[in-house]
Amino acid sequence: MLIQILFYGFSLVLVAAALGVIAARNPVHSVLSLVLCFVTSAAIWLLFEAEFLAVVLVLVYVGAVMVLFLFVVMMLNVDFEQLRGGFTRYAWLGWITAAVVIVEIVGVVTAKRLGVDVSRGAAPLPADYSNTEALGHVLYTEYVYAFELAGMLLLVAIVAAITLTMRRRVGLKVQNVSRQVSVKPGDRVRLVKMPAEKRQ
Amino acid sequence: MITLGHMLTLSGVLFALAVAGIFINRKNVILLLMCIELLLLAANFNFIAFSRYLGDLDGQVFVFFVLTVAAAEAAIGLAILVVLFRQRGSINVEDLNEMKG
Repeated sequence: MLIQILFYGFSLVLVAAALGVIAARNPVHSVLSLVLCFVTSAAIWLLFEAEFLAVVLVLVYVGAVMVLFLFVVMMLNVDFEQLRGGFTRYAWLGWITAAVVIVEIVGVVTAKRLGVDVSRGAAPLPADYSNTEALGHVLYTEYVYAFELAGMLLLVAIVAAITLTMRRRVGLKVQNVSRQVSVKPGDRVRLVKMPAEKRQ
Repeated sequence: MITLGHMLTLSGVLFALAVAGIFINRKNVILLLMCIELLLLAANFNFIAFSRYLGDLDGQVFVFFVLTVAAAEAAIGLAILVVLFRQRGSINVEDLNEMKG
């Protein structure tokens, strides 16, 4: 019963925060609503005993990705009011699409012929069950290649993001490290042999 | 008891709100990226729900990979956005018509 109350409470907060994301006037408020979305989602995932993913969601999303969003929103000097033109012009289309999507999904969920009984609950897991350990076992055996690939993907993303945003200013004095390392004594000091001058 | 239907309905509502957000804020690239994050979150809810109710851990592994890809997408998307703003001084989608698409 308590879990049910918590689930409904978090769901209400989640839907309200999602509404805040799409309808807030100020983009900073949108980003903060999205942070609230992720935190409540993590709480709901905890109710579903996916503890590792809940912690990862808070650490990676709230801690890294949303801070990045917040940085970009605050750093760019954008006239956001001008971007909101046409908000009311297309709002009806957005709401109709949302209603259609909801009706479709509820129709799929309540369909009898899918072979999935949606009205059942899950049996509680044993007390000594560790979600992180179980996930680690699967991740490092069955999905190890996919895991390595995900790591490569993140590396490529880092390189791409840095290369895209790196600014090269002209006339900037920088060290050329490879030339510094490969320098030889002969390049620095030149010994000149010449006859001594006569005494005058 | 929370049933599978509860979770699927919640994720459906979240997905629909995100789709509506893409329609409503279709000029602002930052909000479009945020709506995509919301879409991916709704998809993750389905993975978690089915993983829990079918007793199969593979769904949670998929959520892990979706989170990875979404993080990479956000990083590159924001980098492109910053470069775009430096070049054009605007992030309006309607200004991006150089390729006549």
